[in-house]
Amino acid sequence: MRDSGLRDIAIVSFAQRQEAAIRDESEVEFMVPLMAQAKADVGLTQQDMGFTCSGSSDFLAGQAFSFVATIDGTGPVPPISESHVEQDGAWALYEAWVKLQCGDIDTAFVYSYGRSSPGSLRDVLATQMDPYYVAPLWPDAFAIEGIAARILLESGKVSERQLAEIASRSRENAASNPNAVRRTPKSVDEILAEAYLADPLRPSDIPASADGGCAMVLAAGDRARELCDRPVWIRGIDHRIDAHTLGVRDLTTAMSARIAAEKAGVGNDKIDFAELHAPFTTSEAVLIEALGLGDDVVINPSGGALAAHTMMAAGHIRFGEAFERIARGDGDRAVVHATAGPVLQQNMVAVLEGD
Amino acid sequence: MAYTKSQDPSSRPAGLDVAVTVPDSIANVERVQSVRTPIRIEYTYTPGKALSTYLRGMKEKKILAERCPQTGQVFVPPRGVSPVAGIPTEGPVELPDTGYVESFNITRVPIASRPELEPPYCSAWILLDGASVGFMGLVINIEPESVKLGTRVRAVWKPDDELEMSATNVLGWEPTGEPDVDIPDIETIGQKGELE
Repeated sequence: MRDSGLRDIAIVSFAQRQEAAIRDESEVEFMVPLMAQAKADVGLTQQDMGFTCSGSSDFLAGQAFSFVATIDGTGPVPPISESHVEQDGAWALYEAWVKLQCGDIDTAFVYSYGRSSPGSLRDVLATQMDPYYVAPLWPDAFAIEGIAARILLESGKVSERQLAEIASRSRENAASNPNAVRRTPKSVDEILAEAYLADPLRPSDIPASADGGCAMVLAAGDRARELCDRPVWIRGIDHRIDAHTLGVRDLTTAMSARIAAEKAGVGNDKIDFAELHAPFTTSEAVLIEALGLGDDVVINPSGGALAAHTMMAAGHIRFGEAFERIARGDGDRAVVHATAGPVLQQNMVAVLEGD
Repeated sequence: MAYTKSQDPSSRPAGLDVAVTVPDSIANVERVQSVRTPIRIEYTYTPGKALSTYLRGMKEKKILAERCPQTGQVFVPPRGVSPVAGIPTEGPVELPDTGYVESFNITRVPIASRPELEPPYCSAWILLDGASVGFMGLVINIEPESVKLGTRVRAVWKPDDELEMSATNVLGWEPTGEPDVDIPDIETIGQKGELE
Protein backbone atom coordinates (compact mmCIF):
# COMPACT_ATOMS: atom_id res chain seq x y z
CA MET A 1 0.00 0.00 0.00
CA ARG A 2 3.05 2.25 0.12
CA ASP A 3 2.48 3.31 -3.50
CA SER A 4 -1.15 4.11 -2.88
CA GLY A 5 -0.55 7.32 -0.97
CA LEU A 6 -1.87 5.72 2.21
CA ARG A 7 0.04 5.90 5.50
CA ASP A 8 1.70 2.77 6.89
CA ILE A 9 -0.30 1.73 9.93
CA ALA A 10 0.60 -1.11 12.27
CA ILE A 11 -0.67 -3.06 15.23
CA VAL A 12 1.87 -2.61 18.02
CA SER A 13 0.27 -4.29 21.04
CA PHE A 14 -2.57 -6.62 21.95
CA ALA A 15 -4.17 -8.16 25.03
CA GLN A 16 -7.13 -10.54 25.23
CA ARG A 17 -9.16 -12.67 27.61
CA GLN A 18 -11.76 -15.28 26.67
CA GLU A 19 -13.56 -17.70 28.98
CA ALA A 20 -16.67 -19.84 28.66
CA ALA A 21 -18.46 -17.46 31.05
CA ILE A 22 -17.33 -14.47 33.11
CA ARG A 23 -19.92 -14.13 35.85
CA ASP A 24 -18.29 -12.28 38.76
CA GLU A 25 -16.93 -9.23 36.93
CA SER A 26 -18.80 -6.56 35.01
CA GLU A 27 -17.66 -5.69 31.49
CA VAL A 28 -15.61 -2.71 32.64
CA GLU A 29 -14.12 -4.70 35.52
CA PHE A 30 -12.75 -7.39 33.21
CA MET A 31 -11.72 -4.93 30.49
CA VAL A 32 -9.64 -2.59 32.69
CA PRO A 33 -6.67 -4.99 33.06
CA LEU A 34 -6.68 -5.68 29.30
CA MET A 35 -6.79 -1.97 28.46
CA ALA A 36 -3.95 -1.30 30.91
CA GLN A 37 -1.84 -4.14 29.55
CA ALA A 38 -2.18 -3.15 25.87
CA LYS A 39 -1.11 0.40 26.71
CA ALA A 40 1.66 -0.57 29.14
CA ASP A 41 3.21 -3.01 26.63
CA VAL A 42 4.16 -0.03 24.45
CA GLY A 43 4.72 2.42 27.33
CA LEU A 44 1.72 4.62 26.50
CA THR A 45 -1.08 6.10 28.60
CA GLN A 46 -4.59 7.04 27.53
CA GLN A 47 -3.51 10.65 27.11
CA ASP A 48 -0.99 9.51 24.46
CA MET A 49 -3.78 8.10 22.27
CA GLY A 50 -4.87 10.24 19.34
CA PHE A 51 -8.17 8.39 19.08
CA THR A 52 -10.06 5.64 20.90
CA CYS A 53 -12.70 3.40 19.36
CA SER A 54 -14.63 0.45 20.80
CA GLY A 55 -17.03 -2.27 19.66
CA SER A 56 -19.76 -3.93 21.75
CA SER A 57 -23.50 -4.56 21.72
CA ASP A 58 -26.32 -3.40 23.98
CA PHE A 59 -28.29 -6.49 22.89
CA LEU A 60 -25.74 -8.72 24.63
CA ALA A 61 -25.52 -6.58 27.75
CA GLY A 62 -29.30 -6.09 27.89
CA GLN A 63 -28.70 -2.42 28.66
CA ALA A 64 -29.03 0.74 26.60
CA PHE A 65 -25.78 2.69 26.14
CA SER A 66 -23.90 -0.05 27.99
CA PHE A 67 -20.65 0.94 26.28
CA VAL A 68 -20.60 4.24 28.19
CA ALA A 69 -19.82 2.43 31.46
CA THR A 70 -16.84 0.72 29.81
CA ILE A 71 -15.29 3.99 28.60
CA ASP A 72 -14.58 4.67 32.30
CA GLY A 73 -11.94 1.96 32.05
CA THR A 74 -9.86 3.99 29.60
CA GLY A 75 -9.41 6.81 32.11
CA PRO A 76 -11.09 9.43 29.91
CA VAL A 77 -10.13 12.50 31.99
CA PRO A 78 -9.19 15.02 30.65
CA PRO A 79 -11.75 14.30 27.87
CA ILE A 80 -10.60 12.02 25.06
CA SER A 81 -11.46 11.77 21.36
CA GLU A 82 -13.64 8.66 21.31
CA SER A 83 -16.11 6.67 19.22
CA HIS A 84 -18.06 3.41 19.47
CA VAL A 85 -19.48 0.99 16.92
CA GLU A 86 -22.34 -1.43 17.62
CA GLN A 87 -20.23 -3.93 15.71
CA ASP A 88 -17.41 -6.39 16.18
CA GLY A 89 -14.22 -4.61 17.28
CA ALA A 90 -12.74 -5.24 13.82
CA TRP A 91 -14.99 -2.42 12.62
CA ALA A 92 -13.76 -0.22 15.48
CA LEU A 93 -10.24 -1.00 14.26
CA TYR A 94 -11.32 0.03 10.74
CA GLU A 95 -12.66 3.35 12.02
CA ALA A 96 -9.38 3.95 13.87
CA TRP A 97 -7.45 3.03 10.69
CA VAL A 98 -9.44 5.61 8.70
CA LYS A 99 -8.84 8.20 11.41
CA LEU A 100 -5.09 7.45 11.32
CA GLN A 101 -5.13 7.76 7.52
CA CYS A 102 -6.44 11.31 7.91
CA GLY A 103 -2.96 12.09 9.16
CA ASP A 104 -3.55 14.27 12.21
CA ILE A 105 -2.88 11.52 14.77
CA ASP A 106 -0.22 8.81 15.07
CA THR A 107 -1.70 6.46 17.69
CA ALA A 108 -5.08 4.89 18.33
CA PHE A 109 -6.53 2.62 21.00
CA VAL A 110 -9.11 0.01 20.01
CA TYR A 111 -10.99 -2.37 22.30
CA SER A 112 -14.01 -4.63 22.08
CA TYR A 113 -15.84 -7.04 24.34
CA GLY A 114 -18.94 -9.12 24.71
CA ARG A 115 -20.61 -11.21 27.36
CA SER A 116 -23.12 -13.63 25.86
CA SER A 117 -23.65 -15.72 28.99
CA PRO A 118 -26.31 -13.47 30.65
CA GLY A 119 -28.79 -14.09 27.82
CA SER A 120 -29.63 -16.67 25.18
CA LEU A 121 -27.34 -15.81 22.26
CA ARG A 122 -29.42 -17.91 19.88
CA ASP A 123 -32.39 -15.65 20.63
CA VAL A 124 -30.46 -12.40 20.87
CA LEU A 125 -29.08 -12.99 17.36
CA ALA A 126 -32.62 -13.29 15.99
CA THR A 127 -32.98 -9.54 16.57
CA GLN A 128 -30.41 -8.82 13.85
CA MET A 129 -32.71 -10.31 11.18
CA ASP A 130 -35.13 -8.36 8.98
CA PRO A 131 -37.52 -6.83 11.55
CA TYR A 132 -40.76 -7.27 9.55
CA TYR A 133 -40.77 -10.75 8.07
CA VAL A 134 -38.02 -12.74 9.79
CA ALA A 135 -37.22 -11.45 13.30
CA PRO A 136 -40.86 -11.84 14.51
CA LEU A 137 -40.50 -15.57 13.85
CA TRP A 138 -37.56 -15.65 16.31
CA PRO A 139 -35.43 -17.83 14.06
CA ASP A 140 -32.84 -19.66 16.12
CA ALA A 141 -29.38 -18.48 15.01
CA PHE A 142 -28.10 -22.07 14.79
CA ALA A 143 -31.12 -23.12 12.73
CA ILE A 144 -30.47 -20.31 10.22
CA GLU A 145 -26.89 -21.55 9.86
CA GLY A 146 -28.21 -25.10 9.61
CA ILE A 147 -30.41 -24.17 6.64
CA ALA A 148 -27.42 -22.51 4.95
CA ALA A 149 -25.28 -25.57 5.75
CA ARG A 150 -27.86 -27.85 4.12
CA ILE A 151 -27.77 -25.72 0.95
CA LEU A 152 -23.97 -25.83 0.98
CA LEU A 153 -23.85 -29.63 1.37
CA GLU A 154 -26.42 -30.14 -1.39
CA SER A 155 -24.39 -27.91 -3.71
CA GLY A 156 -21.67 -30.56 -3.50
CA LYS A 157 -19.01 -27.94 -2.66
CA VAL A 158 -18.26 -29.58 0.67
CA SER A 159 -19.07 -32.83 2.49
CA GLU A 160 -19.97 -33.52 6.12
CA ARG A 161 -16.60 -35.24 6.48
CA GLN A 162 -14.80 -32.10 5.29
CA LEU A 163 -16.73 -30.04 7.85
CA ALA A 164 -15.69 -32.54 10.54
CA GLU A 165 -12.08 -32.17 9.39
CA ILE A 166 -12.33 -28.39 9.92
CA ALA A 167 -13.81 -28.95 13.40
CA SER A 168 -11.11 -31.48 14.29
CA ARG A 169 -8.29 -29.18 13.16
CA SER A 170 -9.77 -26.27 15.15
CA ARG A 171 -9.73 -28.39 18.32
CA GLU A 172 -6.17 -29.54 17.66
CA ASN A 173 -4.89 -25.98 17.08
CA ALA A 174 -6.81 -24.62 20.06
CA ALA A 175 -5.14 -27.11 22.41
CA SER A 176 -2.08 -24.82 22.60
CA ASN A 177 -4.11 -21.58 22.85
CA PRO A 178 -4.76 -20.63 26.50
CA ASN A 179 -7.55 -18.25 25.41
CA ALA A 180 -9.50 -20.92 23.56
CA VAL A 181 -12.54 -22.46 25.24
CA ARG A 182 -12.96 -25.69 23.25
CA ARG A 183 -9.53 -27.30 23.46
CA THR A 184 -10.23 -31.04 23.74
CA PRO A 185 -8.96 -32.90 20.66
CA LYS A 186 -11.52 -35.00 18.78
CA SER A 187 -11.01 -37.14 15.69
CA VAL A 188 -13.00 -36.70 12.47
CA ASP A 189 -14.83 -39.98 13.10
CA GLU A 190 -15.68 -38.99 16.67
CA ILE A 191 -17.12 -35.71 15.39
CA LEU A 192 -19.12 -37.48 12.67
CA ALA A 193 -20.57 -39.69 15.44
CA GLU A 194 -22.00 -36.63 17.27
CA ALA A 195 -25.78 -36.21 17.10
CA TYR A 196 -27.00 -33.27 15.02
CA LEU A 197 -27.71 -30.07 16.94
CA ALA A 198 -29.07 -28.04 14.00
CA ASP A 199 -29.21 -30.60 11.21
CA PRO A 200 -26.78 -30.92 9.41
CA LEU A 201 -24.62 -29.10 11.98
CA ARG A 202 -23.20 -31.05 14.91
CA PRO A 203 -22.02 -29.54 18.21
CA SER A 204 -18.43 -29.43 16.91
CA ASP A 205 -19.58 -27.44 13.84
CA ILE A 206 -20.96 -24.73 16.11
CA PRO A 207 -18.85 -22.10 17.92
CA ALA A 208 -17.84 -22.49 21.54
CA SER A 209 -19.51 -19.45 23.11
CA ALA A 210 -17.21 -17.25 25.15
CA ASP A 211 -17.27 -14.09 27.26
CA GLY A 212 -14.34 -11.71 27.10
CA GLY A 213 -12.68 -9.00 25.10
CA CYS A 214 -9.47 -7.54 23.78
CA ALA A 215 -7.52 -4.31 23.58
CA MET A 216 -5.05 -3.12 20.96
CA VAL A 217 -2.84 -0.17 20.11
CA LEU A 218 -2.37 1.00 16.51
CA ALA A 219 0.37 3.38 15.40
CA ALA A 220 1.46 4.99 12.14
CA GLY A 221 4.85 4.97 10.43
CA ASP A 222 7.92 5.80 12.50
CA ARG A 223 5.83 6.03 15.68
CA ALA A 224 5.05 2.32 15.28
CA ARG A 225 8.76 1.50 14.88
CA GLU A 226 9.56 3.47 18.05
CA LEU A 227 6.94 1.61 20.05
CA CYS A 228 7.79 -2.03 19.29
CA ASP A 229 10.47 -4.24 17.76
CA ARG A 230 8.32 -5.73 15.05
CA PRO A 231 5.23 -3.72 14.16
CA VAL A 232 2.69 -5.70 12.18
CA TRP A 233 1.59 -3.56 9.26
CA ILE A 234 -1.94 -3.47 7.91
CA ARG A 235 -1.05 -3.63 4.18
CA GLY A 236 -4.61 -3.78 2.93
CA ILE A 237 -8.06 -3.66 4.51
CA ASP A 238 -11.56 -3.59 3.06
CA HIS A 239 -15.07 -4.47 4.14
CA ARG A 240 -18.19 -5.25 2.12
CA ILE A 241 -21.79 -6.18 2.87
CA ASP A 242 -24.02 -8.77 1.24
CA ALA A 243 -27.81 -8.38 1.07
CA HIS A 244 -29.60 -8.61 4.41
CA THR A 245 -32.36 -10.87 3.10
CA LEU A 246 -31.08 -14.44 3.11
CA GLY A 247 -33.44 -15.45 0.29
CA VAL A 248 -31.76 -13.20 -2.28
CA ARG A 249 -28.22 -14.46 -1.58
CA ASP A 250 -26.30 -17.47 -2.83
CA LEU A 251 -25.50 -18.91 0.60
CA THR A 252 -22.88 -21.31 -0.82
CA THR A 253 -20.48 -18.40 -1.35
CA ALA A 254 -19.67 -15.01 0.17
CA MET A 255 -19.51 -12.42 -2.58
CA SER A 256 -18.76 -9.60 -0.15
CA ALA A 257 -15.80 -11.53 1.29
CA ARG A 258 -14.49 -12.23 -2.21
CA ILE A 259 -14.58 -8.52 -3.16
CA ALA A 260 -13.04 -7.45 0.16
CA ALA A 261 -10.21 -9.95 -0.36
CA GLU A 262 -9.50 -8.58 -3.84
CA LYS A 263 -9.50 -4.99 -2.60
CA ALA A 264 -7.27 -5.86 0.38
CA GLY A 265 -4.72 -7.46 -1.96
CA VAL A 266 -4.88 -11.03 -0.63
CA GLY A 267 -3.67 -12.50 -3.93
CA ASN A 268 -0.71 -10.14 -4.36
CA ASP A 269 1.85 -12.32 -2.56
CA LYS A 270 2.30 -15.58 -0.68
CA ILE A 271 0.16 -15.98 2.44
CA ASP A 272 1.66 -17.88 5.41
CA PHE A 273 -1.48 -18.23 7.50
CA ALA A 274 -5.03 -16.96 7.84
CA GLU A 275 -7.05 -16.06 10.92
CA LEU A 276 -10.66 -16.31 9.74
CA HIS A 277 -13.64 -15.24 11.83
CA ALA A 278 -15.55 -18.39 10.89
CA PRO A 279 -18.02 -19.16 13.68
CA PHE A 280 -19.25 -22.33 11.95
CA THR A 281 -17.30 -25.00 10.07
CA THR A 282 -19.44 -24.12 7.05
CA SER A 283 -18.34 -20.46 7.31
CA GLU A 284 -14.71 -21.59 7.13
CA ALA A 285 -15.32 -23.77 4.06
CA VAL A 286 -17.07 -20.89 2.27
CA LEU A 287 -14.39 -18.37 3.24
CA ILE A 288 -11.42 -20.48 2.11
CA GLU A 289 -12.95 -20.58 -1.35
CA ALA A 290 -14.09 -16.93 -1.40
CA LEU A 291 -10.70 -15.65 -0.27
CA GLY A 292 -8.87 -17.94 -2.69
CA LEU A 293 -6.66 -19.50 0.00
CA GLY A 294 -4.54 -22.40 -1.23
CA ASP A 295 -3.58 -25.65 0.50
CA ASP A 296 -0.26 -24.13 1.61
CA VAL A 297 -1.99 -21.57 3.85
CA VAL A 298 -2.27 -22.54 7.53
CA ILE A 299 -5.87 -21.87 8.53
CA ASN A 300 -6.72 -20.58 12.01
CA PRO A 301 -3.59 -21.62 13.92
CA SER A 302 -5.26 -20.22 17.07
CA GLY A 303 -8.21 -22.58 16.70
CA GLY A 304 -10.29 -19.71 15.37
CA ALA A 305 -13.73 -18.52 16.37
CA LEU A 306 -14.99 -22.13 16.49
CA ALA A 307 -12.81 -22.69 19.56
CA ALA A 308 -13.81 -19.45 21.31
CA HIS A 309 -16.51 -17.15 20.00
CA THR A 310 -16.68 -13.91 21.96
CA MET A 311 -19.43 -11.97 20.24
CA MET A 312 -18.34 -8.44 19.24
CA ALA A 313 -14.63 -9.28 19.76
CA ALA A 314 -14.08 -12.52 17.80
CA GLY A 315 -13.22 -10.70 14.55
CA HIS A 316 -11.02 -8.19 16.35
CA ILE A 317 -9.24 -11.04 18.15
CA ARG A 318 -8.33 -12.53 14.73
CA PHE A 319 -6.26 -9.35 14.12
CA GLY A 320 -4.66 -9.80 17.54
CA GLU A 321 -3.86 -13.48 17.05
CA ALA A 322 -2.23 -12.72 13.68
CA PHE A 323 -0.32 -9.79 15.22
CA GLU A 324 1.13 -11.97 18.00
CA ARG A 325 2.12 -14.73 15.59
CA ILE A 326 3.89 -12.39 13.15
CA ALA A 327 5.44 -10.32 15.97
CA ARG A 328 7.15 -13.42 17.36
CA GLY A 329 8.28 -14.52 13.90
CA ASP A 330 5.82 -17.38 13.22
CA GLY A 331 5.03 -16.10 9.73
CA ASP A 332 5.48 -12.90 7.76
CA ARG A 333 2.23 -12.38 5.86
CA ALA A 334 -1.26 -13.22 7.05
CA VAL A 335 -4.85 -12.82 5.97
CA VAL A 336 -7.26 -11.69 8.66
CA HIS A 337 -11.02 -11.82 8.32
CA ALA A 338 -13.93 -10.61 10.44
CA THR A 339 -17.63 -11.15 9.92
CA ALA A 340 -20.97 -9.87 11.19
CA GLY A 341 -24.61 -10.65 10.54
CA PRO A 342 -26.25 -13.97 9.69
CA VAL A 343 -24.40 -16.47 7.45
CA LEU A 344 -21.35 -14.31 6.64
CA GLN A 345 -23.42 -11.29 5.61
CA GLN A 346 -20.77 -8.64 6.34
CA ASN A 347 -17.10 -9.34 5.77
CA MET A 348 -13.85 -7.53 6.42
CA VAL A 349 -10.56 -8.77 5.01
CA ALA A 350 -7.09 -7.45 5.81
CA VAL A 351 -3.54 -8.40 4.93
CA LEU A 352 -1.00 -8.11 7.76
CA GLU A 353 2.78 -8.15 7.27
CA GLY A 354 5.87 -8.04 9.43
CA ASP A 355 8.86 -5.97 8.29
CA MET B 1 -33.14 28.30 -11.20
CA ALA B 2 -36.83 27.46 -10.96
CA TYR B 3 -37.81 23.87 -10.22
CA THR B 4 -40.03 22.03 -12.61
CA LYS B 5 -42.45 19.68 -10.85
CA SER B 6 -40.24 16.63 -11.37
CA GLN B 7 -37.27 18.42 -9.83
CA ASP B 8 -39.12 19.84 -6.88
CA PRO B 9 -37.69 17.95 -3.89
CA SER B 10 -40.95 18.34 -1.98
CA SER B 11 -43.11 16.72 -4.68
CA ARG B 12 -44.20 13.11 -4.37
CA PRO B 13 -42.12 10.61 -6.34
CA ALA B 14 -43.93 9.71 -9.57
CA GLY B 15 -44.03 6.06 -8.51
CA LEU B 16 -46.40 6.87 -5.67
CA ASP B 17 -49.00 8.30 -8.06
CA VAL B 18 -49.45 4.93 -9.76
CA ALA B 19 -52.56 3.02 -8.70
CA VAL B 20 -51.64 -0.15 -6.76
CA THR B 21 -53.32 -3.33 -7.93
CA VAL B 22 -53.27 -6.67 -6.15
CA PRO B 23 -53.81 -10.16 -7.59
CA ASP B 24 -57.46 -11.30 -7.67
CA SER B 25 -56.69 -14.13 -5.22
CA ILE B 26 -56.09 -11.65 -2.41
CA ALA B 27 -58.23 -8.81 -3.71
CA ASN B 28 -60.74 -9.11 -0.86
CA VAL B 29 -58.23 -9.66 1.91
CA GLU B 30 -57.94 -6.87 4.40
CA ARG B 31 -54.91 -4.67 3.69
CA VAL B 32 -52.11 -4.86 6.25
CA GLN B 33 -51.73 -1.36 7.60
CA SER B 34 -49.13 -2.07 10.24
CA VAL B 35 -47.43 -4.90 12.08
CA ARG B 36 -46.51 -5.21 15.71
CA THR B 37 -43.50 -7.36 16.49
CA PRO B 38 -42.96 -7.35 20.25
CA ILE B 39 -39.47 -8.21 21.39
CA ARG B 40 -38.69 -9.70 24.76
CA ILE B 41 -35.30 -11.10 25.73
CA GLU B 42 -34.51 -12.26 29.25
CA TYR B 43 -31.10 -11.90 30.83
CA THR B 44 -29.53 -13.14 34.04
CA TYR B 45 -27.87 -9.90 35.01
CA THR B 46 -24.70 -9.98 37.07
CA PRO B 47 -23.66 -6.51 38.19
CA GLY B 48 -19.95 -7.14 38.82
CA LYS B 49 -17.87 -7.19 41.98
CA ALA B 50 -18.17 -3.58 43.14
CA LEU B 51 -21.90 -3.24 42.52
CA SER B 52 -22.56 -6.65 44.08
CA THR B 53 -20.89 -5.44 47.29
CA TYR B 54 -22.95 -2.24 47.09
CA LEU B 55 -26.22 -4.15 46.66
CA ARG B 56 -25.40 -6.56 49.52
CA GLY B 57 -24.69 -3.50 51.68
CA MET B 58 -28.10 -2.10 50.79
CA LYS B 59 -29.73 -5.07 52.53
CA GLU B 60 -27.91 -4.02 55.74
CA LYS B 61 -28.87 -0.34 55.23
CA LYS B 62 -25.22 0.42 54.46
CA ILE B 63 -23.98 2.57 51.57
CA LEU B 64 -20.74 0.98 50.35
CA ALA B 65 -18.68 3.09 47.96
CA GLU B 66 -15.20 2.59 46.48
CA ARG B 67 -12.14 4.86 46.39
CA CYS B 68 -9.71 5.62 43.57
CA PRO B 69 -6.24 4.73 44.88
CA GLN B 70 -4.66 7.39 42.68
CA THR B 71 -6.87 10.44 43.22
CA GLY B 72 -8.59 9.53 46.49
CA GLN B 73 -12.01 10.22 44.96
CA VAL B 74 -14.92 8.22 46.37
CA PHE B 75 -17.47 6.89 43.87
CA VAL B 76 -21.02 5.82 44.72
CA PRO B 77 -22.63 3.67 43.46
CA PRO B 78 -19.27 2.01 42.76
CA ARG B 79 -18.60 0.62 39.28
CA GLY B 80 -15.27 -0.99 40.16
CA VAL B 81 -13.22 1.47 38.16
CA SER B 82 -12.11 5.06 38.56
CA PRO B 83 -13.50 6.95 35.58
CA VAL B 84 -10.81 9.57 36.11
CA ALA B 85 -7.71 7.39 36.38
CA GLY B 86 -8.94 4.33 34.47
CA ILE B 87 -7.77 1.93 37.20
CA PRO B 88 -9.63 -0.42 39.55
CA THR B 89 -11.06 1.24 42.66
CA GLU B 90 -10.61 -0.06 46.20
CA GLY B 91 -13.24 -0.68 48.79
CA PRO B 92 -15.62 -0.92 50.31
CA VAL B 93 -15.76 2.57 51.79
CA GLU B 94 -18.82 2.95 54.02
CA LEU B 95 -20.56 6.30 53.67
CA PRO B 96 -23.17 7.82 56.01
CA ASP B 97 -26.73 8.02 54.69
CA THR B 98 -26.62 11.82 54.83
CA GLY B 99 -25.71 14.47 52.30
CA TYR B 100 -27.14 17.49 50.52
CA VAL B 101 -29.00 18.53 47.40
CA GLU B 102 -26.54 19.72 44.77
CA SER B 103 -29.15 20.26 42.09
CA PHE B 104 -32.83 19.45 41.67
CA ASN B 105 -35.83 19.53 39.41
CA ILE B 106 -39.57 19.58 40.10
CA THR B 107 -41.68 17.38 37.82
CA ARG B 108 -45.31 18.39 37.27
CA VAL B 109 -46.42 15.84 34.65
CA PRO B 110 -47.05 12.15 35.41
CA ILE B 111 -44.93 9.37 33.85
CA ALA B 112 -46.97 6.41 32.58
CA SER B 113 -44.37 3.85 33.68
CA ARG B 114 -44.10 5.27 37.23
CA PRO B 115 -47.70 5.58 38.47
CA GLU B 116 -46.50 5.66 42.08
CA LEU B 117 -44.84 9.05 41.47
CA GLU B 118 -47.54 11.63 42.07
CA PRO B 119 -46.72 15.08 40.66
CA PRO B 120 -45.43 17.44 41.69
CA TYR B 121 -42.32 15.70 43.02
CA CYS B 122 -38.69 16.65 43.40
CA SER B 123 -35.85 14.59 41.96
CA ALA B 124 -32.42 15.73 43.00
CA TRP B 125 -28.72 15.21 42.49
CA ILE B 126 -27.61 14.22 45.97
CA LEU B 127 -24.03 14.41 47.14
CA LEU B 128 -23.46 12.09 50.09
CA ASP B 129 -21.09 13.17 52.85
CA GLY B 130 -17.69 11.79 51.89
CA ALA B 131 -18.58 11.09 48.25
CA SER B 132 -16.95 12.72 45.23
CA VAL B 133 -19.89 12.26 42.88
CA GLY B 134 -23.62 12.63 43.34
CA PHE B 135 -26.48 10.43 42.22
CA MET B 136 -30.20 10.77 41.56
CA GLY B 137 -32.78 10.46 44.31
CA LEU B 138 -36.23 11.74 45.29
CA VAL B 139 -36.52 14.44 47.95
CA ILE B 140 -39.54 13.52 50.09
CA ASN B 141 -41.40 14.64 53.20
CA ILE B 142 -41.09 18.28 52.08
CA GLU B 143 -43.06 20.51 49.69
CA PRO B 144 -41.07 20.41 46.43
CA GLU B 145 -41.15 24.23 46.28
CA SER B 146 -39.27 24.35 49.57
CA VAL B 147 -36.25 22.35 48.32
CA LYS B 148 -33.14 24.49 47.85
CA LEU B 149 -29.63 24.01 46.53
CA GLY B 150 -27.74 22.90 49.61
CA THR B 151 -30.69 21.38 51.53
CA ARG B 152 -29.30 18.75 53.93
CA VAL B 153 -30.99 15.33 53.54
CA ARG B 154 -30.98 11.85 55.07
CA ALA B 155 -32.06 8.52 53.54
CA VAL B 156 -35.55 7.22 54.29
CA TRP B 157 -35.22 3.42 54.29
CA LYS B 158 -37.85 0.77 53.75
CA PRO B 159 -38.95 -1.08 56.92
CA ASP B 160 -36.26 -3.58 58.01
CA ASP B 161 -38.38 -6.63 57.11
CA GLU B 162 -38.75 -5.36 53.52
CA LEU B 163 -35.04 -4.75 52.82
CA GLU B 164 -33.65 -6.39 49.69
CA MET B 165 -30.33 -6.35 47.84
CA SER B 166 -31.56 -3.32 45.95
CA ALA B 167 -31.08 0.42 45.72
CA THR B 168 -34.89 0.70 45.97
CA ASN B 169 -34.42 0.20 49.73
CA VAL B 170 -33.96 3.98 49.87
CA LEU B 171 -37.48 5.32 49.40
CA GLY B 172 -36.21 8.86 49.15
CA TRP B 173 -34.27 11.58 50.94
CA GLU B 174 -35.86 13.81 53.59
CA PRO B 175 -34.59 17.10 55.02
CA THR B 176 -32.57 16.78 58.23
CA GLY B 177 -33.44 20.31 59.37
CA GLU B 178 -29.74 21.24 59.55
CA PRO B 179 -28.64 24.58 58.06
CA ASP B 180 -28.26 24.54 54.25
CA VAL B 181 -24.82 23.85 52.79
CA ASP B 182 -23.44 27.04 51.28
CA ILE B 183 -22.91 26.71 47.53
CA PRO B 184 -21.08 29.97 46.72
CA ASP B 185 -20.61 29.26 43.03
CA ILE B 186 -23.15 27.17 41.12
CA GLU B 187 -20.52 26.63 38.42
CA THR B 188 -18.83 24.16 40.79
CA ILE B 189 -21.90 21.92 41.10
CA GLY B 190 -21.13 18.40 39.91
CA GLN B 191 -17.41 19.13 39.82
CA LYS B 192 -16.46 18.17 43.35
CA GLY B 193 -14.54 15.19 42.01
CA GLU B 194 -12.42 17.38 39.75
CA LEU B 195 -11.76 19.98 42.43
CA GLU B 196 -10.23 17.52 44.87
